[in-house]
Amino acid sequence: MTKSSVKRKFTQKKLSEVAPEFPFTLEDVTNLSERLGEPAWLRERRLSAWQAHSQLPMPSMQDEAWRRSDIRKLPSDRLALKPAEDVSLDPNLLAPLGGEDCGGRLVLRPGLPSQSTGGTELSEHGVVFCDWATAVREHERLLREHLGSVVRESEAKFAALAAGLMQEGALIYVPPGVKLESPLHTIIWAPGSGGLVATRLMVIVDQNAELTLVHETGSPLQPQGEAVYAGMVELHVGEGAKLSFVELQHWGEHVWNFTHERARLESNARIEWVFGAVGSRFTKTYADLDLDGEGAEGRMAAFYITDGEQHLDHDTQQNHLKPHTTSDLLFKGALRNRSRSVWQGMIYVAPGAQQADGYQMNRNLILSDDARADSIPGLEILADDVRCTHGATVGRLEDEPIFYLMTRGLERETAERLMIDGFFTPILERIPLEDLRVRTKAMLHRKLNELTSHG
Amino acid sequence: MNGKLEIRDLHVSVEDKPVLKGVDLTVKPGEVHALMGPNATGKSTLAYALMGHPRYTITQGEVVFNGENLLDKDPAERSRAGLFLAFQYPVAIPGVSVANFLRTAINAHRRALDPEYKGIPVPEFRTLLKQKMDLLEMPYEFAGRYLNDGFSGGEKKRAEILQLATLEPTVAILDETDSGLDIDALRIVSEGVNAVAGPNLGILIITHYQRILNYIKPEFVHIMLNGRIVESGGSDLAKQLEAQGYAWVREKHGEAVSEA
Repeated sequence: MTKSSVKRKFTQKKLSEVAPEFPFTLEDVTNLSERLGEPAWLRERRLSAWQAHSQLPMPSMQDEAWRRSDIRKLPSDRLALKPAEDVSLDPNLLAPLGGEDCGGRLVLRPGLPSQSTGGTELSEHGVVFCDWATAVREHERLLREHLGSVVRESEAKFAALAAGLMQEGALIYVPPGVKLESPLHTIIWAPGSGGLVATRLMVIVDQNAELTLVHETGSPLQPQGEAVYAGMVELHVGEGAKLSFVELQHWGEHVWNFTHERARLESNARIEWVFGAVGSRFTKTYADLDLDGEGAEGRMAAFYITDGEQHLDHDTQQNHLKPHTTSDLLFKGALRNRSRSVWQGMIYVAPGAQQADGYQMNRNLILSDDARADSIPGLEILADDVRCTHGATVGRLEDEPIFYLMTRGLERETAERLMIDGFFTPILERIPLEDLRVRTKAMLHRKLNELTSHG
Repeated sequence: MNGKLEIRDLHVSVEDKPVLKGVDLTVKPGEVHALMGPNATGKSTLAYALMGHPRYTITQGEVVFNGENLLDKDPAERSRAGLFLAFQYPVAIPGVSVANFLRTAINAHRRALDPEYKGIPVPEFRTLLKQKMDLLEMPYEFAGRYLNDGFSGGEKKRAEILQLATLEPTVAILDETDSGLDIDALRIVSEGVNAVAGPNLGILIITHYQRILNYIKPEFVHIMLNGRIVESGGSDLAKQLEAQGYAWVREKHGEAVSEA
């Protein structure tokens, strides 16, 4: 080996150890804020978020939370801040949530005007359901009070990225005691490649209020190119309030998807949080549950289905910060081809949070030899009178049930498909409304059909 | 479609160990056969081998069903050709309701006849399911439960007969359907079998005990010992077994036993 080739190899290795920084500047942040008509205090918030972003190191596989998720190929240095392309929505997304009276729908197309339907009845009850421009114009008090109160803007590299450069967002506020029967629906639709798209979602369900919200992120599959999405989701569930939150992620497989999401629950609040993830090339999602009041109860469930080269990493925290809090997490995934999933979950019980009851379970179904699922449950318990249990499994479809189903006339593929359907049923069952279940099931089936047709 | 199942000189091995050593048996539509014998003589092996379980290797002989070679077909094709096996130990399919499963199975059968078949319409399926469940005295909410998941022994066996009633095969093999049932469950299951029995269905009941034959009357009784059918006769053969046990069979066919 010659000296020069050694040197070149060394340089290459060094270059690829961490993903490149994003090319944006404080000026980009200021321009964006001005274009969106934000007041000075918001601009300051953005600038300090951007400063935090610039100071935080790019995560790498040296970091525990990123050990199994490689972003060295992230095209961060080749991105522009550009609006979503004006491509019409996937009709599947616009399919009604069910009933005629979906409480309201908001389609956010970062950089383009948002579209909304419904909402007259909402304002009669004092419910706020609006895009970022409207929030800035009409609901400054809510923004001042809540923005960044659940997910800190400087807490991580990609949270700070989203906070600094968000182009669009939604604000939802349900006043005390208002119980919305019909679900609300937000869609973030961001076609196009070569861009960074960043959004924020803020949901405040005030004391004893109730809300069902479906939040979807998606784009068409781009034949070429790559894109990066950064999102922040802040859910504030007040005393005695209930939130059912269904999040469906169907990015095209050109998207690198980074989100920081957290729900904070006050006493006797309750959340039913269901994720469905089938898209993106790469996902790193932090989803945390802060049970910050006595009697708070949080349930989290997810299905993820991957194929090709997809890599989905879900990092969850169930934080029992007060006594008598309950959490229950069930994440289930099916993986095909060379795809990979990581689930890393922690149940944390703070000192003094007695009588906490925490549960977590992750189950994975491996459908190809080359697919891989990593499952890392964890407990950190600093109180002495608690019940916390967890488990994880990684397995394949078993032969005996397949034979049994085949003896009833089902082809092998149909038998396998039925078993996979059954595997995900417990997740779908957690979705509160029948119509929503049907919709979510349809999304799951579309992905499974793709898997089956890929062979 | 003559519905006839003809087993000729069937030899089957499990993991290279010969279990069936030359079985001959013919079941025609409308006939009820009982295959009896002590434990571990190959009765269930015959059932699994006929259904095409991959662990059972046919080493010799043939099976002709409806005039076609059954052994060429995979388990799904055997089912769609009209063969049914009620399992001794039905397998749980968590998350898949009895109704969803039955609808999928009916559609698989109909699609085999008509590749363009769109699937059974909901009203037709509901009517069909209710009718079959009534036949078996099953509460309708049973259809919403996950197949065999957390079922009692009796519920599992009833679910098997419900599948039999729904799929309407031409030959049904009931593998130890009586095992693990109390007397009431046995009666209900047997009545269910009798309700689906008729001139178009051939039945092969595999059992260790004579008990179920008080409810389902076989015209033909066969005794299996060490992988072969050593005695065949009418229903009186079963009564003789009940009165005298298997000792006389072992004695009479001691040669076959000592081969083991």
